[in-house]
Amino acid sequence: MNVLSQTSAAEHSLEEGARGAKAPHVHLKGVTRIYPAVANNPEVHALASTDLDLPQGSFFSLIGPSGCGKSTLLDIVAGLASPTEGTVMFEGKRIEGRPPEGVGVVFQEDSSFPWLTVWNNVAFGLRRKRIDKAEMAKRVDAILAFTGLSDFAQAYPAQLSGGMRQRVCIARTLVLQPRLILLDEPFGALDQQTRLLMGDELLRIWRETGATIMMITHSLDEAAMLADHVGVMSARPGKFIEIIETGWPRDRTSEIVSEARFGSITAHMWSLLREESQKAMKAR
Amino acid sequence: MSKAGWIRLVIVIAFFGALEIMCRIGWIDRLTMIPPTEMAEALWSMLLAGSITEDVLYSLRNTVAAVALSVLAGFVCGVIVHALPRLRRILDPLFASYYAVPVFVFYPLLVVIFGINATPLILIGAMFGIVAMLISTLTGLDRVPRVMFKSARMFQLDPLRSALLIKLPSAAPHLITGVKLAVVYSVIAVVAGEFILSSKGIGHRIAYAYNDFDSRTMYGLLLLLLTAVTVVTMSLHMWEHRLHSRWAKQ
Repeated sequence: MNVLSQTSAAEHSLEEGARGAKAPHVHLKGVTRIYPAVANNPEVHALASTDLDLPQGSFFSLIGPSGCGKSTLLDIVAGLASPTEGTVMFEGKRIEGRPPEGVGVVFQEDSSFPWLTVWNNVAFGLRRKRIDKAEMAKRVDAILAFTGLSDFAQAYPAQLSGGMRQRVCIARTLVLQPRLILLDEPFGALDQQTRLLMGDELLRIWRETGATIMMITHSLDEAAMLADHVGVMSARPGKFIEIIETGWPRDRTSEIVSEARFGSITAHMWSLLREESQKAMKAR
Repeated sequence: MSKAGWIRLVIVIAFFGALEIMCRIGWIDRLTMIPPTEMAEALWSMLLAGSITEDVLYSLRNTVAAVALSVLAGFVCGVIVHALPRLRRILDPLFASYYAVPVFVFYPLLVVIFGINATPLILIGAMFGIVAMLISTLTGLDRVPRVMFKSARMFQLDPLRSALLIKLPSAAPHLITGVKLAVVYSVIAVVAGEFILSSKGIGHRIAYAYNDFDSRTMYGLLLLLLTAVTVVTMSLHMWEHRLHSRWAKQ
């Protein structure tokens, strides 16, 4: 059995019988989020009405000025927060403030468990699912090999570098075979070289798992290199001002950063973002 | 052992060496203090003769009970107070001023209520340790990174599993600090309680020996007490240090 195998969105939709084979894997309609006033802090309109459809197996990046609601949007899709208005569907089923089965999140902060070894960190989610021990060991070992962590299986996160710990978090998410992977600036704390290499690994994971990926990043280069589509968001209240199609082949690597078109994509992103970033800075 | 560990060891040996010399050459009167080697010898003969076994076990039982009670109650109260921010806002000033209250004044009251037995000792020991544990629990839970709570939700853990599998291990280094403080405070309270009003225990034997000018017994027991408390707290300190360094990169 291929431990990285996925159930396709089409199969899922057929099982659910809800939206048919052509339904988007993730569907957002009129999603808004308003944080109510608390004590001396006024109400915050984080997200304006947002629509988005992500096909199965696509790679979508989100960029925007600080505080524009990117993480709020990701939390809503993950089921960690509820929208004030609008609907979010995953595989034809509505997400209502509870993480759905089949969705995995990798956070910007190191979320590895320091009291567990790398092996036990990765096995954590499988243990909760009461998976047979032999099957669990097989899946954990396979994911560790896949993410290049086999030699560190018995190490504790404190013994690893930041990039390795982030790999542990990715492995812990992948072992559960998510069909939708949400990444909230997963490489934010890493240096530029490590980010490029981790980006290559992420592309490999994306190709081999066939999962849909939605990733927040502050790096225009990272967004342009990794994604099929890049959603550029406005200053708060955040909404998509443009969704840019990168047009890269599926088997791309970080080598595309040397192509001329890469420069024009990032330049276009910046032309869209510059004014919004200035607005966000003035609002702070 | 680290360089600091060696220096520490040299300081301790030098201190006891100096004390030994000062006692031997008469700078310190034998009625005031006996040389450390005689303290060790006195302790060894008492242990061999079994003359202090009952008292040691009595104090040990009371201390273990007081530590267990303060750690358990402090932890449970800490978890409850952490979950209720409004209650915490009300209680915070009380926790901050708790150790300014001479808790020992309640000891005679406890003796009146429970009689001259182990219960008042255990309760006064627990009263000393409980707030240290409670504050450490609150600090530990406050410092659990928010991303851990999000991870718990992504793993679809219910509140109990989330607390047991994620929050508690995450707060562990601070909980060990609380246990260490609870041990120290409970030992102080139990032994001091035995000093004042008890018919058994190490504290009682030390007080009895002191009134009887029996320096060998008194210093032998003091040496036992100091050694036991130092070994326990140093072990907890090393454990705490190891956990803090393992958790620190988070």
